[in-house]
Amino acid sequence: MPAVLEIEGLRKTYKSRRRGTRNALDGFDMRVDAGQVHGFLGPNGSGKTTTLRTLLGLIRPDGGRMTLLGHEVPAALPTVAGQVGAIVESPQFFPHFSARDTLSLLAGAGEVPATRVDEVLELVGLRDRAGERVKTYSLGMKQRLAVASALLKNPKLLILDEPANGLDPGGIREMRTLMRTLAESGMTVLLSSHILGEIQLICDSVTIISLGRRVAFGPVDEVLAQHSSGAVRVRLEAVSDLPAATEALTRAGVRVAGHPDHLMLTGVDKPATVTRLLAEQNLYVSELAPIAVDLESVFLELTATAPVPGQARQVDESMKVGGTGQPGATGGGWGA
Amino acid sequence: MSLFRTEFRRLTKRRFSRYMTLLGLLVLAAVVVGVFFTNQKIDAGQLAKAERQADQQYQEQVRWAEQERVNCEQAKAAGTPNDGRYPDDCSVISPPSREQIDAKWFLPSTFNFRETFDATLIPFAAILALVGFIVGASFVGAEWSTGGMMNLLLWRPKRLTVLFTKLAALLTGILAVTLPAAVLWFAGFWAVASFRGSTEKVTSGVWQSFALTGLRGVALVLVLTTIGFALASLGRHTAMALGGVVAVMVVFQFGLGILLEMASVQWAEAWLLPTYLLAWMTKKVTLQDYDSCNFNYSGECNPPTLDITWQQSSVLLVVGTVVILGAAVWSMRRRDIT
Repeated sequence: MPAVLEIEGLRKTYKSRRRGTRNALDGFDMRVDAGQVHGFLGPNGSGKTTTLRTLLGLIRPDGGRMTLLGHEVPAALPTVAGQVGAIVESPQFFPHFSARDTLSLLAGAGEVPATRVDEVLELVGLRDRAGERVKTYSLGMKQRLAVASALLKNPKLLILDEPANGLDPGGIREMRTLMRTLAESGMTVLLSSHILGEIQLICDSVTIISLGRRVAFGPVDEVLAQHSSGAVRVRLEAVSDLPAATEALTRAGVRVAGHPDHLMLTGVDKPATVTRLLAEQNLYVSELAPIAVDLESVFLELTATAPVPGQARQVDESMKVGGTGQPGATGGGWGA
Repeated sequence: MSLFRTEFRRLTKRRFSRYMTLLGLLVLAAVVVGVFFTNQKIDAGQLAKAERQADQQYQEQVRWAEQERVNCEQAKAAGTPNDGRYPDDCSVISPPSREQIDAKWFLPSTFNFRETFDATLIPFAAILALVGFIVGASFVGAEWSTGGMMNLLLWRPKRLTVLFTKLAALLTGILAVTLPAAVLWFAGFWAVASFRGSTEKVTSGVWQSFALTGLRGVALVLVLTTIGFALASLGRHTAMALGGVVAVMVVFQFGLGILLEMASVQWAEAWLLPTYLLAWMTKKVTLQDYDSCNFNYSGECNPPTLDITWQQSSVLLVVGTVVILGAAVWSMRRRDIT
């Protein structure tokens, strides 16, 4: 599949006399293929929004190469802007205009037919409230309006930064359906979000960024598989048999972690061998469950942002690829 | 062109632009109405009445002078110490001549178009320049502070094109208000002069002079609108322009004025911006130094003068506009939009 968006070695450095130098983007790479819904994940301050702003010409990069729809940007932005719909960060609109006026002015600036305004208002569910001033809107309604503004151009690439922010559960589901429908119609969607369950449900592929660098990318299934621990949870009919089972499994070379009512095994190639091994010792398994990883746990592991009881994590305390003292900074698909 | 049309639509849709413009026009209308009701047409009866009042005052002055002269002589004869109330020579107490008491002093105010209209163009330009400055600052400042500029740049990622198109739409809008307002201003005061004064001796030369002053007024409106727009764009907030004006007023008008006064600088007003704005409108402002004398051949003391001309003002306005707008353009080109 051709790439709709490609970023190589993107750098952005902020220099301040007082605070010194900070690399917001430190050689960041990214690739989004055509027709995909691509998730863009990262902790707060990791460089997601900086990446999107740089890509859209709002921030001047200090190095690296970017292409959108096959054109080098920012030089070719005027050429491709008509095919890229975007919302960056929280939706911001002039509060005294109505939603229809807001979209109508954008349509005028972008030479989009005025009929498209009503189409997108219908699409995002704002048809009946389109005449009201934006300042009367809830956050969720502003978010819908932002998505409508991005869809106004009927773009080939749709870039949405936290589109589900402020939406009610029904709205989140509608947004999810909309994303899928748009992708099925051939639109490529780049979705930045912190709602990892949503990303896992919606996205075909993901890029995870931490401290300005890519820490993982690829199809969602592959990223999950690469970071699957291969652990198996075992429960026995009698809890009193757990010590004997631990001894038998350890003798067989399986790593065992004991818990009050179950055992966690790692280094197990085939779960069936566990059943056989224990049965030979007259120990009977009541539950044998491979532990599946989800995107949230992979994210927390890769970015080292899992909460630690008693510690208040600061925003820049996350994973940097190649950094020292950081656990788990290995694995396939690791970038730059 | 679509961007220009859109920005012009945005300008006219904004309530602040509408209300501010309406307020400015209402103030202008109030000035015309106020002048209309405070002036009268002078007829022969009023002239005769004024002459009678002048005569009456002359007679009072004669009586008063005679009385004072008598009092002076009595005081002198009585040997009363002169406490400074009377001169040593009582004969110098004399009434003014009749010619010195002008009958015009007793006439009600009347609007002479030829003599007075020029001066009305100063408040006209000042009010519309203030409206232009505030609307210009708000037009782009609100766009920056509400994120509208960022949204627009996602659609039209040519920063300078967007900035200059916005400015062009703004200046077009201000011009579209100023030119008809100027025509109405001329017509309004012509009507005031016709019904409450005089339209005599308004030659083509006078009209030309008024038209040129009016054009300078329109130019001033456009320059201050541009400066308001540029300051707000530079600071990315309306408050930057308004705060800048307050700072300039405090520093340049009051602070610098007081400092120059305390330092006894010879041409203090030549350092103050309003002098140049006034010179721009009136073609020339003549400053006088009352602390020194230029003696003529008869020994008469005339204060030395300094002329501030509209050409000097034009240099200041052009340089100021270029510097501020240039800074806004540089900022638009170079600064990240966050």
